[in-house]
Amino acid sequence: MSSVTTAERPGRARTPRAAPGARPRGPDLGAWFLVLPALLPILVLSVGPLLYGIALAFTDAQSGRTQATRWVGTLNFQDLLHDTLFWESFRIGAVWAVGVTIPQFLLALGLALLLDQNLRFRWLARALAIVPWAMPEVVVGIMWRLVYNPDAGILNETLRNLGLGEGHDWLSGLATALPAVIVVGVWAGMPQTTVALLAGLQNTPRELHEAAALDGAGAWRRFRAVTWPALRPVALAITALNLIWNFNSFALVYVLTNGGPGGRTRLPMLFAYEEAFRYGQFGYAAAMGCVMVAVVSVLIALSLVRRLKGDQDR
Amino acid sequence: MSALRTSGPARAGQYLALLAYLVFLAFPLLWLVSTAFKPAPELASLHPTWIPKDPTLDNFRQAFDEQPLLRAAANSLLAAVSAAVIAVAVATPLAYVTARHRGRLTTAATGWVVISQAFPFVLVIIPLFLVLKNLHLINSVAGLVLVYVVWSLPFALWMLMGYVRAVPAELEEAAAVDGAGRIRTLVSVTAPLLAPGIVATALFAFVTAWNEFFFALVLLKTPEKQTLPVVLTHFLGAEGVADLGPLAAAAFLATLPSLVVFGVLQRRITGGTLAGAVKS
Repeated sequence: MSSVTTAERPGRARTPRAAPGARPRGPDLGAWFLVLPALLPILVLSVGPLLYGIALAFTDAQSGRTQATRWVGTLNFQDLLHDTLFWESFRIGAVWAVGVTIPQFLLALGLALLLDQNLRFRWLARALAIVPWAMPEVVVGIMWRLVYNPDAGILNETLRNLGLGEGHDWLSGLATALPAVIVVGVWAGMPQTTVALLAGLQNTPRELHEAAALDGAGAWRRFRAVTWPALRPVALAITALNLIWNFNSFALVYVLTNGGPGGRTRLPMLFAYEEAFRYGQFGYAAAMGCVMVAVVSVLIALSLVRRLKGDQDR
Repeated sequence: MSALRTSGPARAGQYLALLAYLVFLAFPLLWLVSTAFKPAPELASLHPTWIPKDPTLDNFRQAFDEQPLLRAAANSLLAAVSAAVIAVAVATPLAYVTARHRGRLTTAATGWVVISQAFPFVLVIIPLFLVLKNLHLINSVAGLVLVYVVWSLPFALWMLMGYVRAVPAELEEAAAVDGAGRIRTLVSVTAPLLAPGIVATALFAFVTAWNEFFFALVLLKTPEKQTLPVVLTHFLGAEGVADLGPLAAAAFLATLPSLVVFGVLQRRITGGTLAGAVKS
């Protein structure tokens, strides 16, 4: 979510091995007793609504309507097919997701490599790199609106001082709005990526680096031959997750531009939110959600395939 | 390490890069703080300055006058604390069982953790909205807590499974050999060792709920029920014309609790929890 910032995202899912010494046994009655308190809310409030949501996509459900809700088959999906505004939001969502994820990855990789070095002021960068993670997305959005503010913002003032023009209204300009929100997305999401990559780096055996250095390998060769192979599984997992989270993000752009100007930053989630909770078209919005799930599922499937292939290569 | 000694120019390049990162990461934050403490005339100036010449707390006072910030903070606190406590209480037993037993349950649990990362919330929120409406839980913090609990369960489960696996099963078996029953073993052997992990997980769940916006926006209708992130957006006004000073002041205040929690957790975050999760 949001892009939701949860503190700890599962990087990869593996069936956990039983701890050494633990006898593998199936869940007995006592185990079920421990499992039920979590299982019930999950089923009732997570799996249930998900299935209900998919079902809604095949109905004409609307808010505040007096007639009964009817099944309409695939009508919502047929309408979606011809909804150019929806596909435009989809295109924007894809540009946003890729536009945020790739620079974010490269910048986070650079920062992680620096933080892995024995540099002074490393602690300061570490602390600062965590802060965007702790901030509510709404605050991040507000903060950047202050930075981008055409008159009182620091960005235009800095540009004026450097003699680089009289400044723009970044978030309202048709051409600048999407790049401007992408910069914020990169800033906001860098911590998770940096921390994940840093963790991956610290798992790389240092002796390999030293051996490579003794063999006369330069920094780039060492990165290619030692660092990257060790880092690749983490890098692929975090990139796939970032693509998904970014594609589904909402709060940041809602606060920054609310989809404007002229729909230039209207991400799919913003579009579906408006459709559902401003225009009350629950069935239609649910159909949008289904299409988004389908696309995201393809992304997950692709990343799994890549990972399986990667495992085979080794 | 001697083989890895970095040459002088390369070191200089590294420090330059680090400086660039520090500027990129810090300048929006500094600007937010600076704006929050600026008096109105300085905010209106066409040539804004980094450091307020005449720092003031007026913006904070005005922010509290304009919006029900205290009420909103109380709502956020209630929602986040309840969600964190319930989520951890519910997830800990599940994490224990899934971490200790291999089998279908474990596969299902981890699969669900992964899938839950991909939900577009809009597909879940519409039915939840309808269900909560029928239960008369719209516009109530209780309804929001329900949603937050389920929403934070996946990562709570994931973190806790890592902590459970870090507790050697041999300890439990030794207790069993000594004649301790299952419950007794859990309470007197496992629980104390898990306690730091449970606290860390609860704190993460707290921050997640404290910062959350989308569900709160949809489910809470009246200002006296809304949480802090939702109330913050009221400062932006209908036309997006904002009163910058109070906006910055309120935004700054809303971040403080999460910053404190992250400060407490910092060593864990950089040190290892995510490392454990990622390398599995």
